[in-house]
Amino acid sequence: MENVVEKIEGKFSDKILKSYEKSAVRIYLDFKPEDIPEVAQFVFKDLGCRFIIASGTDTPAGIEILYHFSYDQQGKVISLRTLITDKKNPQMASIAKIIKGAEWIEREIWELLGVNFIGHPDLRHLLLIDDWPAGKYPLRKDQ
Amino acid sequence: MSHKVVIPIGPYHPLQEEPEFFRLYVEGEKVVDIDIVIGYMHRGIEELSEHKHFDQVAFLVERICGICSTSHPFAYVNAMEDLAQIKVPERALYIRTIIAEMERIHSHLLWLGLAGHFIGYNTVWMWAWRYREPVLDCFEIISGNRNHYAMMKVGGVRKDIKDEDIPTLQKALDELTPALDMFKGAVMDDPVIQARLKGVGILTKQQAIDWCVVGPTARASGVNIDVRKDDPYGAYDRVSWNVIIETAGDVFAKTVVRILEMQESVSIIRQCLDKMPKGEIDANIKDIPPGEGIGHVEAPRGECFHYVKSDGTNSPVRHKIRAPSYVNVASNKVAAVGQTISDATITLAAVDPCYCCTERVAVLERDSDRRLMNGWDLIKLSQEKTEKLRLSFRCRT
Repeated sequence: MENVVEKIEGKFSDKILKSYEKSAVRIYLDFKPEDIPEVAQFVFKDLGCRFIIASGTDTPAGIEILYHFSYDQQGKVISLRTLITDKKNPQMASIAKIIKGAEWIEREIWELLGVNFIGHPDLRHLLLIDDWPAGKYPLRKDQ
Repeated sequence: MSHKVVIPIGPYHPLQEEPEFFRLYVEGEKVVDIDIVIGYMHRGIEELSEHKHFDQVAFLVERICGICSTSHPFAYVNAMEDLAQIKVPERALYIRTIIAEMERIHSHLLWLGLAGHFIGYNTVWMWAWRYREPVLDCFEIISGNRNHYAMMKVGGVRKDIKDEDIPTLQKALDELTPALDMFKGAVMDDPVIQARLKGVGILTKQQAIDWCVVGPTARASGVNIDVRKDDPYGAYDRVSWNVIIETAGDVFAKTVVRILEMQESVSIIRQCLDKMPKGEIDANIKDIPPGEGIGHVEAPRGECFHYVKSDGTNSPVRHKIRAPSYVNVASNKVAAVGQTISDATITLAAVDPCYCCTERVAVLERDSDRRLMNGWDLIKLSQEKTEKLRLSFRCRT
């Protein structure tokens, strides 16, 4: 059986910062923020993985975003991890144009953690009310 | 001249599990665009979870949904067990599976009843809910509660299934089997239901993949995914059962998937009751190490996903939750466009988001906001369409 993780590692060997297999079906791969759209495109379109969701976390080092993909044929969850170190003005290229199912979660991370997704087709509030005060991010640890 | 109107659907109803707001743009009879607004019930559970003990979080996430109330704690305990690499006692895995499958049956019956009501089959509604009652009674026998069973616990389950209760549960399954066969016949062989639901609200396989939909919504469009099979948890790899796949992608296919899945669920529960070994039901976990864990389960509506990060204290530092409706509801953007208003109710309800949203439908004139139709009028419109079909079938025969 072909190993999807080896395929990703093979194609992006120079871009992977860290690779960690928690178990046979839980894989974490670290990338720089600017490499995420290209990797996501490969994982979603070429390998046929399903995009589950992204999760953003406010860490002392910066805003960490994980893009969780599932390779359902083998039951593997592959999480692409990236760290945005600029917490004052966090920016990240949007993957919503590649994956329609990512539109909502990018809006959510934008409003809850303040990450500006460049190139998102419709970046507006999803969960919070429209007149939510600008610059207040509920999931930031310092607020 | 076309009469362009906006139809707001939602957002509030006391019975809704997830209030949401659909703004349908219609021209004449046809839905030309749809805007989906969510967030009316944003309770900040992810943030709340960061202030609870790991043991309390299971109770917290159980409150996310009142219908599939075991799916969230199930996904959460799976995530925690992945995080801390906990080995769960075998008996607990079987009990978890039984609870999850009983929940699938009662959730699908609830949906079937409401779908029947929306298209004017009130008998289906009454019967489906009548057969849902004994399932809730079984929950009460096992856990003491009809809903919010509080069975899931990191490392095991909170309550055992007593040996003396097993015959009662088996009898309930025996009585449910002919009822499910009846529904199968009543829905799948009824020419009016076929005419009413086939070709309505189609989500193609490619659209299902693009919008990352899950559960019966994906399986009705020919996407072969089911977490129970793909990444087995609980006791799903210890019993034999089939993933139900349909290819048409319409409301009829979604109905068929749910009805056939209930039969598989009955078979899974039966096998679990037979095979369940004796022994401990809890691994008695005291401390959670630092790390991160991912758990996902196949809820009645599709994959429910939890990601938990721990720093070694007794609360999560991050707890991300993705309910199946999060992706399924978004796909209405393609499934509902191009439909007539009388089909919109059942199309939106077909992903099983929260049925009662559709009772909050109203047709307004775009400029004046003058109310043309309310929710009941729209359900009536949907029911009248079925009635017309019924009459035309009667004329033919």
